[in-house]
Amino acid sequence: MRFVSKLKTQQKTMKRLLTVVMVIVAAMSLSSCSYNSMVKADENIKGKWGEVQTQYQRRSDLIPNLVATVKGEANFEKSTLTEVTEARAKATSIQVDASKLSPEAIEKYQQAQGQLSTALGRLLVASENYPTLRANEAFRGLQVQLEGTENRISVARRDFNVAVQDYNSKIRSFPANITAKMFGFSEKGYFQSEAGADKAPKVSF
Amino acid sequence: MLKKIFLCLGLLFCIAGAFAQNYPERPSQSPVADFTGTLTDSQKQQLDARVKAFEDSTSNQVAIVLIKTLGDYEIIDYGVGLIRKWGIGQKDKNNGVLVLIAVDDRKMSIQTGYGLEGALPDITTQQIIQNDMRPRFREGDYYGGIDAALTNIIKATKGEYVAPKKAKRSSGDGDGGPGGFIIIIVIVIIIFIISKGGGGGGGKRVIGGRGGASPFWWFLAGNMLGGSGRSSGSDWGGGGSWGGGGGGSSWGGFGGGSSGGGGSSGSW
Repeated sequence: MRFVSKLKTQQKTMKRLLTVVMVIVAAMSLSSCSYNSMVKADENIKGKWGEVQTQYQRRSDLIPNLVATVKGEANFEKSTLTEVTEARAKATSIQVDASKLSPEAIEKYQQAQGQLSTALGRLLVASENYPTLRANEAFRGLQVQLEGTENRISVARRDFNVAVQDYNSKIRSFPANITAKMFGFSEKGYFQSEAGADKAPKVSF
Repeated sequence: MLKKIFLCLGLLFCIAGAFAQNYPERPSQSPVADFTGTLTDSQKQQLDARVKAFEDSTSNQVAIVLIKTLGDYEIIDYGVGLIRKWGIGQKDKNNGVLVLIAVDDRKMSIQTGYGLEGALPDITTQQIIQNDMRPRFREGDYYGGIDAALTNIIKATKGEYVAPKKAKRSSGDGDGGPGGFIIIIVIVIIIFIISKGGGGGGGKRVIGGRGGASPFWWFLAGNMLGGSGRSSGSDWGGGGSWGGGGGGSSWGGFGGGSSGGGGSSGSW
């Protein structure tokens, strides 16, 4: 009698063990699917980040020309120019590797670029007071390029945010979050929209 | 944690909001879409014909869109959304150009897909806006402004891409070549095996079997090859006629191109 009951309890534990194993297997198979999609989402973010960096780089490449052109204008405020040059130097010194896009890193990057945006905006506003500068063909060309670059930056940033949103919602949802923890997929940062500070400097013709 | 969730949700809505702009339905008949009634029918037809002819020869897609107002949107943002939503330009080339005019806002833009940013840089689009569109729009000559702009857009982007001519079909036949070759090899092997198998049967049959088999099998092989060749040809023809529909008399719609914010805008 005792033997039979022992056998029964053994069977019970076996059954329990089996269900546990099955649950684990099911979770693993589910999360293994999500692992691949996480990798894909991660790669997507890297691509979009590359575009963001390209466009910011393009902007900073335009600045030396812009500064040189404005310098040609007699008695243009020196302080505005140095501010732009310094902000550019600072912004280009902060580069974020595509594999380390943590919220903090993005915030730092955005801050540096935002300062450059502000300085540039100030320069363009100041340039309004110089009719000869506004009539200068080279300066106008640079303004157009700058404006186009700002447009591209905002598109690239938006695309990047969408990619990050896709990724973050993936790694935070169950059961993918277990896989994400296991394989070290961490949350990535967004570009925050700034009130005015990061707006493209408007050019009026 | 809760704060984070709220932040995420907020961002999500922001992003959704940025893309939830209500765009007009993608036109299926013509890349010239006037939602304001500014252009007359004959003007639309003339623009339509020019744009389609240009697409036929270069595969570049120029869309001319007139809307009443942008609402709260920047014209460039709206335009990028429209290029992506409608898919202006070919998918693999992203060679779309959007001429967007918000009549009530008195704003216009010429926006390029990724693939035409080099041929039609922002400076050029700005020049077209300043020199061709603005003065004419100020006088209320919308058609004249658009037409002049189109001339210069075509001039700038003409050499960038060449439309895949129906020559593609011949390359398809070329593709059929190795396929046919493989079939021949397979058949030869089959014949070889069969004849060998027959050879195993008896000495006399070897010659007779072989002699009998080769013309018959070759005939069959030829027939099959011809058949397969023809069927693959008709497949390609099908593809071609589909493509023909895209570039020919009836327009095939936008190709699925995208944009990264190239081009420039202005007002009048």
